[in-house]
Amino acid sequence: MIARSPILDDKIPDGPIQQKWSNHKASIKLVNPANKRKYTVIVVGTGLAGGAAAATLGELGYNVLNFCIQDTPRRAHSVAAQGGINAAKNYQNDGDSTWRLFYDTVKGGDYRAREANVYRLAELSANIIDQCVAAGVPFAREYGGTLANRSFGGAQVSRTFYARGQTGQQLLLGCYTGLMRQVDAGRVKLFTRREMLDVVLVDGRARGIVCRNLVTGEIEKYAADAVCLATGGYSTVFFLSTNAVNCNATAAWRCYKKGALFANPCFTQIHPTCLPQAGDSQSKLTLMSESLRNDGRVWVPKKKADTRPPQDIPEDERDYFLERKYPAFGNLAPRDISSRAAKEACDAGYGVGPTGFSVYLDFAEAIQRLGENVIRERYGNLFAMYHEITDENPYKQPMRIYPAPHYTMGGLWVDYNLMTTIPGLYALGEANFSDHGANRLGASALMQGLADGYFVLPSTISDYLATYRPDGLTADHDAFTASVKDVHEQSKQLAGMNGSKTVRDYHWELGRIMWEKVGMARNESGLNEAISDIQALRADYWKNVKVGGSDMDFNKSLEFAGRVADFLELGELMARDALERAESCGGHFREEYQTPDGEAARDDENFCHVAAWQHKGNDTTPERHIESLEFENVKLTQRSYK
Amino acid sequence: MNVQVKVWRQKNRNDTGRFETYTVEDVIPEMSFLEMLDLMNEQLLKRGESPVEFDSDCREGICGMCGLVVNGLAHGPKRACTTCELRMRNFREGETIIVEPFRAQGFPVIKDLVVDRGAFDRIISAGGYISVNTGSAPDANAMPIPKNIAERAMDSAACIGCGACVAACPNASASLFVSAKIAQFSLLPQGVAERKERATRMVEQMDKEGFGNCSNHAECEAACPKSISIDNIAIMRREYMKAVLA
Repeated sequence: MIARSPILDDKIPDGPIQQKWSNHKASIKLVNPANKRKYTVIVVGTGLAGGAAAATLGELGYNVLNFCIQDTPRRAHSVAAQGGINAAKNYQNDGDSTWRLFYDTVKGGDYRAREANVYRLAELSANIIDQCVAAGVPFAREYGGTLANRSFGGAQVSRTFYARGQTGQQLLLGCYTGLMRQVDAGRVKLFTRREMLDVVLVDGRARGIVCRNLVTGEIEKYAADAVCLATGGYSTVFFLSTNAVNCNATAAWRCYKKGALFANPCFTQIHPTCLPQAGDSQSKLTLMSESLRNDGRVWVPKKKADTRPPQDIPEDERDYFLERKYPAFGNLAPRDISSRAAKEACDAGYGVGPTGFSVYLDFAEAIQRLGENVIRERYGNLFAMYHEITDENPYKQPMRIYPAPHYTMGGLWVDYNLMTTIPGLYALGEANFSDHGANRLGASALMQGLADGYFVLPSTISDYLATYRPDGLTADHDAFTASVKDVHEQSKQLAGMNGSKTVRDYHWELGRIMWEKVGMARNESGLNEAISDIQALRADYWKNVKVGGSDMDFNKSLEFAGRVADFLELGELMARDALERAESCGGHFREEYQTPDGEAARDDENFCHVAAWQHKGNDTTPERHIESLEFENVKLTQRSYK
Repeated sequence: MNVQVKVWRQKNRNDTGRFETYTVEDVIPEMSFLEMLDLMNEQLLKRGESPVEFDSDCREGICGMCGLVVNGLAHGPKRACTTCELRMRNFREGETIIVEPFRAQGFPVIKDLVVDRGAFDRIISAGGYISVNTGSAPDANAMPIPKNIAERAMDSAACIGCGACVAACPNASASLFVSAKIAQFSLLPQGVAERKERATRMVEQMDKEGFGNCSNHAECEAACPKSISIDNIAIMRREYMKAVLA
């Protein structure tokens, strides 16, 4: 029997794992087709999860209001995913199956994800590919016309579907065109250049949102029968990350402050293959797809501080450290393991490049074996991007890469139906926490976003909506007026701040604390320092930040000021969560807890659980709740990729 | 290095607008063009002046949010490159760099360098999709698509919707943008069922939005950060003629 805590009722259906989702769907309450248009659903975000959900809910007949921060839904950050999307199609006949994708994902997540959610994800993966192809996504194909696959980290089968190095873009455009079809049909109303700043609760239920119109500065309010958050992750808390500059945690954070629990905030993914930092003026880090590790070999010189150009370093003086340490998976070891290995090599003085904080990703052997044209066809756009940024030609000399914050596995706590602890408030895609445990495998983010948006939420939401009749509530209700007042006051206050340091100065400083103390390796004293450093920085922020401009105007500085204010709170929660989790697992590596050969040492006895934090007021320490994880189908072992 | 930035300032849609020149100090060659503007804005803010507003998001050339006319060229002097990918090593010490928004009747200025490209969404919503409901798709391999066709469709699908084609065109035509979507779906078997209605509606919406006609200057192709070919425009014309005549 699965343990269920009173606050965190996971609502996992009974029965064998293979039948949970189909049994659940069969028992879900439905909304009559003629009644669906009487329900309004707000979807915040237009990435793969939000866009797919809004389009699908529109198709089903609901009245959908869809919001995004950019000028058009097609720019949501899913667009930047490069390498591919996993699906258990077994088109390659290499032994793949729903079970194997499930197993790989649970293991890849270092046994900190919910089995039932992951199994459902693996089950739905095949439908996603069908859906995307039907929508016109031009996936890579073989000469015979069938779909092509490549391999990704943490798997020994080829199950990744791709569209050159632009898979996220193509999936998002597929999703976006479907969404625009619903806009055309009048079932989805689109609100662009809006930033959600509050969720409005009436009688304990999520009944709408308050957002800022980023063009006029007006604070707007919208009522609905349910609110779905698909607002992405919070990697930009590190300031420098691979995320787009507008990615932020504000929507999710405001929900947390209204009572939604925030789960596993310390589970962040540092991606191994990014361009190293060039200077302090840098605004973001650029990812180089993990798919490059299909053909690229990662190495450092065997001699410390070796300044010879890479081509002058003979083969026997190179350390292909991933191949050496993890022979079974080699360069395709999972992200957390690969990142940590690169950091260790650089910390020990073997790093290369001007700062010594990068390692080589070398294609010389693949180019020799396959020819430059094949490599160009597979990764041409990535090589061109690398060349433009670094002024180095990766066909002639190895790329230099270093890990960077990329994805956050933590997020709003949701039950099996994707509902948060606030009734009627759902979280989808990267904004929730549920499927990737302590480490996400490559090509699984797109899969989860689309599974949640196309298939899971559109099924589960009717179970909630069917429980009550539309009551005609409008945004004139007092709860909306109160929320608008709070949001407006904060905007006005921030816009009036006229201190000596800019918002960027604070964000940069917070990023430095996070990267050094809550980054790839963490320890107790560092985390305690991070908590007090962040508290001090936050107090200073509300005295000395300089924002400028008016709140009733297009004002980027003000937009960022609100986001950084929230990051200054979230950063502390991440440190607190990392401190309480006295074990190492996946991307959460506590230096005190490692195996004799330096791998993450889990403590299943004490930490085989989800930690979900409850806000208790601004000046009170949040309360940590536990959802214990039961593994009935996969045996907990130490992850080995050797 | 130091550069002079002569940049377009416009308070809102109705303001007439003007150029202002700012000196930006401590620019390094590795910086992206937008990071140089970030630096300029930090320096402006600290002096108590209002920063220059511009759009950007992914900063790696894929989202299509950024787009500036730099020294008279949409996305600047480098071919096949978005403004965010452009690096300062392409400019000289002391150079005066002229920065303007994408100018077109179809793209009204919102503030400074930020323009409203909502017309593109309205064009896509006028049939720029394949009508398939979630859950009704057949197995992905049920319909083989030859590799060269899939690759050709992908060439068109690579459009990032930035609008550089419009900004570069002497007629402010949106033909390259519209044709890339029409071509992608007319090449793929999934798109065949709705090809006539799609071509007709999208072209009509494009005209309605106030974009000009194509007169084969090919400036769009030269400015396109994704090197989308004007062959797509030929496909669009054929699709449109077939739709309205047949």
